Amino acid sequence: MYDKNKILIGLAVFVVFMTYPFWNNIGSAAYQRPEIEKPKNAKECVESVEFMRSEHMAMLNDWRDEVVRDGVHEYHSTANHQVFQKSLTKTCIKCHENKDQFCDKCHATVSVNPYCWDCHVDPKGEKK
Amino acid sequence: MKTLRRNFLKIAAVAVLGWGVRPASQLLASSGGESSEGLLFASRHKVHAGPNALKASRWAMVIDTAKLNEKVMEDIVHTCHSIHNVPSIPGNQNIKWIWETHMDHLFLEDLHEYQPEAGAKSALALCNHCDNPPCVRVCPTKATFQREDGIVMMDFHRCIGCRYCMAGCPYGSRSFNFMDPRKHLETTNPDFPTRTKGVVEKCEFCAERLAEGKMPACVEVSEGALAFGDLADPESEVRKLLAERFSIRRSPTLGTKPCVYYLV
Repeated sequence: MYDKNKILIGLAVFVVFMTYPFWNNIGSAAYQRPEIEKPKNAKECVESVEFMRSEHMAMLNDWRDEVVRDGVHEYHSTANHQVFQKSLTKTCIKCHENKDQFCDKCHATVSVNPYCWDCHVDPKGEKK
Repeated sequence: MKTLRRNFLKIAAVAVLGWGVRPASQLLASSGGESSEGLLFASRHKVHAGPNALKASRWAMVIDTAKLNEKVMEDIVHTCHSIHNVPSIPGNQNIKWIWETHMDHLFLEDLHEYQPEAGAKSALALCNHCDNPPCVRVCPTKATFQREDGIVMMDFHRCIGCRYCMAGCPYGSRSFNFMDPRKHLETTNPDFPTRTKGVVEKCEFCAERLAEGKMPACVEVSEGALAFGDLADPESEVRKLLAERFSIRRSPTLGTKPCVYYLV
């Protein structure tokens, strides 16, 4: 084999580089779901906790299109068969009053930046 | 039966053509009855109005210029802009949904310099919610679309700020957010979103209020100067006004079919 040493050095650098995220995190604490503030005045969300946890982003996207483009404002919950208005500010924020302690806490931990609040107004929002 | 290669190719070519026709026709235009959107031609969005909503086949507005005075116009503009979080920005980057303007700016073709002295000198301008809206046709993302009841809506989520609609609109009804509008808002109405930098906005005939069964805010505070109703219903207030009085529309020769009528 020609240039055996060069190839082996290159391979070693490549393997070290590729596995950097793994050995860099050895010993650091495992990911923990942040403790978010639960609403005081309600026990149930529009759907089950598991569904909301995994699907809220898709649901909010659907709500957005259905309200703006089709004019469908009512959401019929499959969990408790109640009717809710599809609205961030008129429904979600009425229970989850504190956006900083609810939305932002998880989003900051998993490092996603939804732009909902660039336009929608948080009633208790900080005045920039 | 022995199939000749020539015959096989002929049949295959016809079949490919046949398969191509239906998807192509679906792409070109979609019917208003379905919620699907045509690719080339503007389609109208069906409105699934709730039980409390005000419904119409064709919403229209009638503005009685004789009943408008400084105070009423100021009230109307202030009410609209405050509930819709429309900022007031000094200079030429201001944002307007409804505004007062000179009659000769409104009606470029219909007025001359020898109008009666007593006639209205100015009136309100707003989106005309055209039946044939050029803004909808030029919008590359379908952020602007037309509902079945005629309202020309904005989906601020989809707007990419290309400003084709502003070039397309002959009435100057659209404003562009050159900067973050929140810096210029004294108070915000939390029930209505603000906009963000790089988005076009305009009057929506208070579609969010119609869905709740309320008349547009401008009509409510107009002290009878503005009428709003169903153009397709001969018994509606707008149709009665149009039947009784002489009315004009802004630049009708452009073929946009505006649905805001001015009584002069």
